[in-house]
Amino acid sequence: MAKVTYIQHDGTETVIDVKTGLTVMEGAVKNNIPGIDADCGGACACATCHVYVKDEWLAKTGTKSAMEESMLDFAEGVEPNSRLACQIKMSDALDGLVVNLPESQH
Amino acid sequence: MSDAHVVILGAGHAGGTAAALLRQYGHEGAITLIGDEPIPPYQRPPLSKAWLKGEADAGSLALKPLEFYAENNIDFRPDVVATAIDRAARTVALSSGDALNYDILILATGARAIALPIPGADLDGILFLRTAANAEALKAAVGPGKTLAVVGGGYIGLEVAASGRALGARVVVIEREARLLARVAAEPLSTFFKGYHEKHGVRFELGASVTGFAGQDGKVTGVTLADGRTIACDAAVVGVGAHPNDELAKAAGLETSRGVVVDLDARTSDPAIFAIGDVAYRPMPIYDRMFRMESVPNALEQAKQAACAIMGRPRPAGECPWQWSDQFDLKLQIAGYAFDADSVILRGDPATAKFAIFHLKGDQVQSVEAINSPPEFMMGKLLILNRKPVDKARLADPTISMKEVAA
Repeated sequence: MAKVTYIQHDGTETVIDVKTGLTVMEGAVKNNIPGIDADCGGACACATCHVYVKDEWLAKTGTKSAMEESMLDFAEGVEPNSRLACQIKMSDALDGLVVNLPESQH
Repeated sequence: MSDAHVVILGAGHAGGTAAALLRQYGHEGAITLIGDEPIPPYQRPPLSKAWLKGEADAGSLALKPLEFYAENNIDFRPDVVATAIDRAARTVALSSGDALNYDILILATGARAIALPIPGADLDGILFLRTAANAEALKAAVGPGKTLAVVGGGYIGLEVAASGRALGARVVVIEREARLLARVAAEPLSTFFKGYHEKHGVRFELGASVTGFAGQDGKVTGVTLADGRTIACDAAVVGVGAHPNDELAKAAGLETSRGVVVDLDARTSDPAIFAIGDVAYRPMPIYDRMFRMESVPNALEQAKQAACAIMGRPRPAGECPWQWSDQFDLKLQIAGYAFDADSVILRGDPATAKFAIFHLKGDQVQSVEAINSPPEFMMGKLLILNRKPVDKARLADPTISMKEVAA
């Protein structure tokens, strides 16, 4: 288990214990947290699980694949700390991770 | 209506999502979710891909963990089907013998795989791929040294073929039409998939009509073709399309066509009844027509439409329908439908396994099929949704970025 704090666009914070090996997207969806749609269920096909990773955690979440990079390139409101939550797998090293959710997913 | 009892018939992707969204949107009344399978709602797409290859387990397929339903006061009832709807009394009769009162009813009964009405169709080893139980049976039937016959060269068939090869089985795909994906994709895409699958050891029998299944001791041993040949196999998967489960709606006198007819709020001809997902025949404003779609994005979109209508929230923003398919290391993403298209633009080179096919009506993009090309898919989706005209010559030139093409 590793803790993830999801901060919605309106500031609502939810802390979830996410099982190691699950993705940050799965942690949100399985707990019905609004703001992550994840239409494709983690196939990296839709870019509707866009999150902003707090800067201090960014390096620890690993590097983006070419597929993720180019999907993100077309998401709305992309920032340097944007990631697709389905591509971040939880590990002990990510215990305490904080992600901000965009206003909407497209 | 926040104290209304919402009864959802069908615990698939659409039904499960509708239940979760109603709670997310603050619905306080009772929610009953009726499913005909033994397990709570799960994702079906991985059944032919990651799950079949052993890369995903049952827990990761579940939309929500089982506890979610009790914790959110959703009365999830597995292994039950509705047998009748009494619209005047607002009750639903269940196979368990119970009856449920509803204030609002959501039909999310999905579609079922079409069986071939041919001799031998009831032999063991003739499989379908719709449910987790179907997938278990298929997984048990494929492996090194086994031969799998796939009847139907559509997306399900091709995904199963690719997964079957990954599991070491010999695979032969039998398709009635002269090309793969004949009903759903452009010719260059059919040709590309055929070549790519052949490179990975899949055999094809195109233009081949299946007339029956051969068997021994009650178990399938081959697929018989109209030309007299029998293709030997240890198991056969039939993927020739699906039929909407709209009988309950029909019997209740709801308006049906190629599915249960709904409006932009996913509401049927009875204002207290909604229909969502594979079973719904719905308007798609960007194409100015009605149709029925079998895809996860469609199930999610309609779950959202119904939940918003029930909760008095604004209707979700207009959508561009889309879907995806993974085969081997290929990611196919499709946006839109090629309705009334009068030209086809190929962008990129199929030989590189990275290209996109755009279908246009005049200078408007109607749909795009993108292989390993997320920018073409993502920007194509926006162009379809915004109905923005494009310059065809620029669209065909992969050295001009999609952002510049759309600028």
